[in-house]
Amino acid sequence: MEFNNYISESCVIEDNAVFLSGENSFILDDANFSEFSKAVYKKFEIEYPKFFKMDNLSKLAFLSAELLLKEVVQSNEQENDIAVVFANRSSSLDTDVKYQESIASKDNYFPSPAVFVYTLPNICIGEISIKNNLKSENAFFVFEEFPAEFMMHYANNLLESEKAEKVLCGWTELYKENYRAVVYLVEKTSSNSFSKEHNIETIKQLYTNTLWTL
Amino acid sequence: MKKNVYITASSCVTPLGFDVASNWDALQNNLSGIKKHQNIGQLESFYASIVDSNKLDLAFSKVESNHHFTKLEKMMILALKPLVEENKISKKTAFIFSTTKGNISLLEDKKVSVENAQLAALAKKISAYFGFEVEPIVVSNACVSGILAVSVAKRMIETGLYENAFVVAGDEVSEFVLSGFNSFQAMSAEPCKPYDANRTGVTLGEAVAAVYITANEDELKSNSFRIIGDGAVNDANHISGPSRTGEGLFRSIESAFKEAKLEKNKVKYISAHGTATLYNDEMEAIAFNRLGLQNVPVNSLKGYYGHTLGASGLLETVMAMESAKQNRLIVSKGYSDLGVSQEINVITDNDVIEMDYFLKTASGFGGCNTAVLFEKVS
Repeated sequence: MEFNNYISESCVIEDNAVFLSGENSFILDDANFSEFSKAVYKKFEIEYPKFFKMDNLSKLAFLSAELLLKEVVQSNEQENDIAVVFANRSSSLDTDVKYQESIASKDNYFPSPAVFVYTLPNICIGEISIKNNLKSENAFFVFEEFPAEFMMHYANNLLESEKAEKVLCGWTELYKENYRAVVYLVEKTSSNSFSKEHNIETIKQLYTNTLWTL
Repeated sequence: MKKNVYITASSCVTPLGFDVASNWDALQNNLSGIKKHQNIGQLESFYASIVDSNKLDLAFSKVESNHHFTKLEKMMILALKPLVEENKISKKTAFIFSTTKGNISLLEDKKVSVENAQLAALAKKISAYFGFEVEPIVVSNACVSGILAVSVAKRMIETGLYENAFVVAGDEVSEFVLSGFNSFQAMSAEPCKPYDANRTGVTLGEAVAAVYITANEDELKSNSFRIIGDGAVNDANHISGPSRTGEGLFRSIESAFKEAKLEKNKVKYISAHGTATLYNDEMEAIAFNRLGLQNVPVNSLKGYYGHTLGASGLLETVMAMESAKQNRLIVSKGYSDLGVSQEINVITDNDVIEMDYFLKTASGFGGCNTAVLFEKVS
C-alpha cells in the first residue's frame, strides 16, 4: 500500500517556546508551565474561558492544537472531519498524583470530580474536539518514546479507509514541569507551499528538530 | 485489496471464573460477580465485582512460581498465557495493551516510585514476561479502550506493519477510581441495573480479557470471528457526559456499517455499554433508535461484572463471541422495566437465536465512542 499523504502544518511547544511550522512564534523566559501557558493563551488572543478549568496536560494539548488549527478550522459552526490521534509517555500521571494526594489524607479527604475527570489522558482530545466541533475519529495512546512509525500507519489507515479527511497527530507529554508537544496535520493533498511528504523521515525530523521548517 | 482480520482465540479472568467456559456457565446461570464490600479508604461499604485474591494466587501459582507481580499483573499473565502458548510471537506480532488506570494503586505506597505507576511500565513488564519483540501499543481512551484496542489491532494489521496481534485489556478496582466515581455521585447504592427504570448508577468491577487477532487465514478455527467494520467517533459535546443525541455513538456505528457494507437487519445482537447511569443508557437508546436498531436484542454485561473500565469493551466482546458461537443470548442482568425514553429490545431470556453478525459498542469520558461489527466465520 503506497500513499502520498502530506504534512501541511505543525506546532511544537517546548522549553517555554512555540514554533509554528518551524518558525519561532513566541518565547517566554523564566516562567513555569502555568505562567507560560497563560501567556501563550493571551499572546495568540484565544478566547475560550474553559481553558482555565483544564489540567496542565489538556492545556498543553489544547494550545498546540489550537495554534495549528486556527489556520485550518474557519468556523466551529460547521463540522470539521479532522481525526485526532495523540500519544504521550506519562498518560495523565501529572493529575493522577494530584488526585491521589487529595484522597490520601483521612482528615483532608477531598475527591473532586473536576480533578478526577482529568485522570484520563484522552480528555485533552475531548477538549480539542469540543472547541473545534470535531465529531471525528479519535484515539489516545501511551508509548515510552514517540512512535513515529505507528503514528504514520495509523493516520494513513484513517485517510485510506475514508474514516477521516485529515488527521491531527501528536505527541503531548507533560509531567510536572517537563513538557513537550509536537503536533502536525496530515492530509491527502499538498495544500500549501510548506507541505512535505508524510513519511517516517519527515515525522522524525519534525519530532527531533524544532527549528526544522516544513 | 484490504486484508481480512480475524479473532481466533480469546480468554478472560474475572470474579466469575478464570477462563471463558466458566464465565459462560456463570452468565447462563445468572450469577454475578457483584458483592457488597467494606472499608476501602473512606468508603464504608459499596458494591463491586472483585476477583478473590486467594483464588487468583492459587491459579497463578500453577503457571508461575515467581510472585513478584501486582494483582492486575497476575490477572493479565493468567489471561494471556493460554493464548501465547497456542499462537506464535514474531517480529510482526503486535502487543496491544488496553487499560485506563493500570497499576494506579501503586501511588498509595509512598515507598514506591511514581514511575512504577506509568502505564508503559506495566505494559513493558507484561510484554517482557512473554517475550514480545516490539514495543507495546498502550490504548488509554477511557471506557472505550478495550474495544478500541480491537479496532487498533485490525487497523494496524491492515496497514501491513503487523501480521497478527495479542490484545489484552485490564483494570482493577482501586480506591482511586471508587472515590472518583463516588465524587461524581455516579455510584449505585445497590448492584447496577442497566436500562432499568430504577437504575441509579455504576457498580465498578475488575477483570482482564485477551484475544489473538490475525490476518492469516490458515490460523482460522471453526469459531473465529472476522472484524468487518469499526468506528471511533467523538461527541465533541462534553468531557464528562454523553451527547444527548448520541451523536458520536451514532456516527461510530454508521462508520462501522459503511465499512462492512452490511445491511443493518443482518445484526442479530448488540453488546452495548449500559453503565446504568441515567444519561449513558438514555443516550444509547437514542442512538440505536436513530439507526433503526431498536428491535435488535441488546444487553449490558455490567450487571454481572460491574463496569471494568478499560477491560469492559474487550471482556464484553469475548462473551459476545461466546454467545454467537453458542447461538444463545445472555440475559441483561439487573433489568426488569424499561427506563429509557425510547424503546429498545433488552434481553430478558437466554433464547436460542441464529447469530451470524453482532455489534459491540462502548462510550466513555472525553466524549469517546467505539463500535465494531463482527461476522462469525462458518
